[in-house]
Amino acid sequence: MQIGIFTVGDVTPDPTTGRTPTEHERIKATVEIAKKAEEVGLDVFATGEHHNPPFIASNPTATLAYIGAQTENIILSTATTLITTTDPVLIAEDYAKIQHLTDGRVDLMMGRGNTGPVYPWFGKDIREGINLAIENYALLRRLWTEDVVNWEGKFRTPLQGYTSTPRPLDGVAPFVWHGSIRSPEIAEQAAYYGDGFFHNHIFWPAGHTKQMVDLYRRRFEHYGHGPADTAIVGLGGQFFMRKNSQDAVDEFRPYFDNAPVYGHGPSLEDFTEATPLTVGSPQQVLERTLSFREYAGHYQRQLFLVDHAGLPLKTVLEQLDLLGEILPEMRKGFAEGRPAHIPDAPTHASLVAAAGGAKDTTIHAVDDVTGVSV
Amino acid sequence: MTRIAVISAGLSVPSSTRLLADRLADATVAALHEPVEVDVVELRPLAHPLADHLLTGFPSGELAEAIETVRRADALIVVTPVFSASYSGLFKTFFDVLEPDTLAGVPVLIGATAGTARHSLVLEHALRPLFTYLHATVVPTGVFAASEDFGEAGLQSRIERAAGELGALLTGAPRQRVRTVEDEFADPTPFEDLLRGA
Repeated sequence: MQIGIFTVGDVTPDPTTGRTPTEHERIKATVEIAKKAEEVGLDVFATGEHHNPPFIASNPTATLAYIGAQTENIILSTATTLITTTDPVLIAEDYAKIQHLTDGRVDLMMGRGNTGPVYPWFGKDIREGINLAIENYALLRRLWTEDVVNWEGKFRTPLQGYTSTPRPLDGVAPFVWHGSIRSPEIAEQAAYYGDGFFHNHIFWPAGHTKQMVDLYRRRFEHYGHGPADTAIVGLGGQFFMRKNSQDAVDEFRPYFDNAPVYGHGPSLEDFTEATPLTVGSPQQVLERTLSFREYAGHYQRQLFLVDHAGLPLKTVLEQLDLLGEILPEMRKGFAEGRPAHIPDAPTHASLVAAAGGAKDTTIHAVDDVTGVSV
Repeated sequence: MTRIAVISAGLSVPSSTRLLADRLADATVAALHEPVEVDVVELRPLAHPLADHLLTGFPSGELAEAIETVRRADALIVVTPVFSASYSGLFKTFFDVLEPDTLAGVPVLIGATAGTARHSLVLEHALRPLFTYLHATVVPTGVFAASEDFGEAGLQSRIERAAGELGALLTGAPRQRVRTVEDEFADPTPFEDLLRGA
């Protein structure tokens, strides 16, 4: 079971002080948070991708590479990579490069992005979101698995004799998750390829999550990747904890009431009941998190959103310390009652082993200046 | 079993909007000659959950049930009070949060109430375009009732006409021909009937 955090990189005023961090502070804070995640023993750090204010989450590959250089073990991932508006050729190159730089500590989660105005900035149309996700990802897979690609599609310039470099590390592409909240086509896509499926889970009632995860599991089996309960599922989650649960509620309430997504809407109490948000003691967070299995089944990856709603860096780091303290209990809880045939989330090492060992897939070509084969 | 969902956006108790909605529902049940389940959704108690839905993107408890009631219904009867020359914001919000195509092909009887008869065209200017946009099959006769209509005999006949049209849409019954002047020439209404109906 992988347990980690994900960030959307929002620059949000702290409602208790009225102060908004600068972009520089927020970018540096993201690095601190990722390093802290590794320090407390988490398995995954994932960053979102946004190309508009109030976010600092553009260029996720620079962020991940920078963090990768300052960490040893944590898996670097995305939440999500915009497969709709980002050229799959760039995704193929960028993430293969990070694979090499971090010795395989990277995977990706594909998402579509729901901000309509962003699409035209990249020459795309949100109404084609599903089709973009389908075509672009199909191309991305080929770029990673085939050395020379001839391709023609609807949404980008055709490719003739194109080789994406560097080739994936050890001849194995990064593992891919597909994230979606309410689009059955994306659960179907993840199932078709036998990739992972991630449900954002936060902000939404459990019924939405269950519906999507059930569909993905059912179709994973249908496409012959194995029994439904062996499909690779990830869930989001959201908490705020203090030793004393009432302290957590009191401290978090102003952040909740003014949060960008659900602020000025339902009460904290109604929202924690309707969604996985847990505000309380570490024990309450532990129990709630372990209860996600009741509707999602045994799953492989749990990511928490911790740095949001304008929470100051100091508070976020304290939250990670508290998460670190309950981490052994959480791992133990997830292991309890978990049948032996339920797989772990694929890692670079497991994918290399499944492929029969590491292969160097460097493409040696003629140097077009010297004419020498290199 | 035919299921009819009645959506009433009245705010007061008793509400003339709800009264009209109930009369439309009763007349539809009478017109159908078959078992009918009528579920009334009052929007007033859903006002807060509707505002929450606008912000969070998902319905909570009772609102989720109301939406499910609409989703399962074979036909809708929808009635709104007129606010500022249109449907009320509460009424519109409920239809704003339905998933796309929830009402596609669903027969809908539209109704509205107002303090003055000057609003009577609100059905044609506001409600009918809304439900046409939602791809519902809107019953030709909508029923508008101003305060003064509740004392008038004409209201009941409009209710029955609209309910009959909704019933016909639900059962696929052939069109009920209305007598025209040509029919009168061919087969005049006996004077005794005219005298009784006067």
